[in-house]
Amino acid sequence: MKPRHKRMLLIGGGVAALALSATLVLSAFQKNLVFFFSPSQIVNNEAPQNRTFRIGGLVEAGSVRREADGLTTSFVVTDTANRIPVSYKGALPDLFKEGKGVVSQGKLGADGVFVASEVLAKHDENYMPPEAAHALEQAQKAQKTVVQK
Amino acid sequence: MTSSGKALSEKLPEFSGGINWFKYASPQTFYPLAGRLIPLFGWPALVLTVVGLYISFFVAPTDATQGESYRIIFIHVPAAWMSMVIYLAMAFWCAVGLIFNTRLSFMMSQALAPTGAIWTFVALWTGALWGKPTWGAWWVWDARLTSELILLFLYLGYMALVAAIDDPRRADRAGAVVALVGAINVPIIYFSVTWWNTLHQGASVSVTSAPKMASIMLTGMLIMALAAWAYSVSVVLVRVRAIMLERERNSDWVADRVAQLVESHR
Repeated sequence: MKPRHKRMLLIGGGVAALALSATLVLSAFQKNLVFFFSPSQIVNNEAPQNRTFRIGGLVEAGSVRREADGLTTSFVVTDTANRIPVSYKGALPDLFKEGKGVVSQGKLGADGVFVASEVLAKHDENYMPPEAAHALEQAQKAQKTVVQK
Repeated sequence: MTSSGKALSEKLPEFSGGINWFKYASPQTFYPLAGRLIPLFGWPALVLTVVGLYISFFVAPTDATQGESYRIIFIHVPAAWMSMVIYLAMAFWCAVGLIFNTRLSFMMSQALAPTGAIWTFVALWTGALWGKPTWGAWWVWDARLTSELILLFLYLGYMALVAAIDDPRRADRAGAVVALVGAINVPIIYFSVTWWNTLHQGASVSVTSAPKMASIMLTGMLIMALAAWAYSVSVVLVRVRAIMLERERNSDWVADRVAQLVESHR
C-alpha cells in the first residue's frame, strides 16, 4: 500500500468514525434538541413536568379569545389529535393567526392550562402571492361543500 | 527549475488517465489560469446580481402571509446555501491536500474560509432581521440556528488556527483537521429542520420534491443563488492568487512574474 492510499484510508476512516460518534451523541440528546413539544406529547406526559418548556402546533380556528383586561389572550394549540388550552399576557407577533403555526414557552398549570410567557409565530415553508392564497382558500371551501353534500 | 505539478503527475500515472490533471496543482501554472478565470465569474456575478435584485424587489409579488418581509429570502437562502457549500469545498480541498501533499489545495481552502464566514454571517444576520417581525424574536436556540452559529465559529476557528501557527506546512495540516472534523456539522445544519422540531421552517426548495414557492419568487431566488456562486468563485480566485504570491514569494516563478511586471511598467 502506497503512503497516499494509507492517508486516504485514514482520513476516510476518521471522518466515518466522527460521523458515527456524532450520530450517537445526537440520538442520545434527541430529547434535549427538541425545540418544542406537540400537544400529543404533552398529553402522553413526554413533556418535562414542573419546568418551563415550549409547546408547538396550530392555533385552533375560532379558539382565540381576548380577556376583559385587554392584555390576556387565550387560545387552543392543537396538532389535530390533541388540544391544549393556552393563556398568554402580552403582545402577540404579527403572524399569529388562527389556523397558523405557533410556538409558545411557559408552564403547564395543574388545571391543564398552559400559562405562556412568550409566544412566537411559526411560519411554514410555503411562499405564494395573495391571489394564489385566495384561490387556494376558495378551492378548499369548494371541496368542503362537496364533501358535506 | 522543475514544476511540482509535472513531478506529481509522473508519480501518479494511474490518476491522470491521459489528461494531465496535476498540471494545475502547482501554483506556478494555476496562477495565470486563475487570473484568466476571474473575469469569467466576476462579470456574470455582477449581471446576475442586478437582474436577481430587480426580480426580487420589483417583479416578485408580495407573500400572502408574511407581506414584504419575506423578500429577505432572496439574500438569506443563497447566503445559507453558500455557507454550507463553501465549508464542504474547504473540507474537500483539505482532504486532497492531506492525501496528495499538494500545497495549492491548502491555499484553496484558506482562500475559501473568509468568503464562507461572510456568507454564514449574512445568513445569520438577515435571519435575525426576518425573525423579529415574523416569529417575534431576533434569535432562538433551535437546532437550525444553533448549528449555523456553530458553522460560523468553525470558520473563525479555522482561520484563527491557521493564522496562529508560523510554519505554513504545520498550519495547513492543523487547519485541515479542524475543517474535516467540522464538516460533520454541515449535514446536521441541512437536516436539522427534518430531524427535530424547530422554529425554523422546513426547506421550500429541495431535490426530492416540487418547490413550495410561486415560480417567479423561485426564479428570483435561484438567480440570486447563481450570483452568489459566481461572486464566491471570483473572489476566492482573487484571494488564492494573493495567497500564492505571499507563500511562494521566495520562489523563482514569483520573481519572474515580478520582473515581468516591472519590465512592462518601464
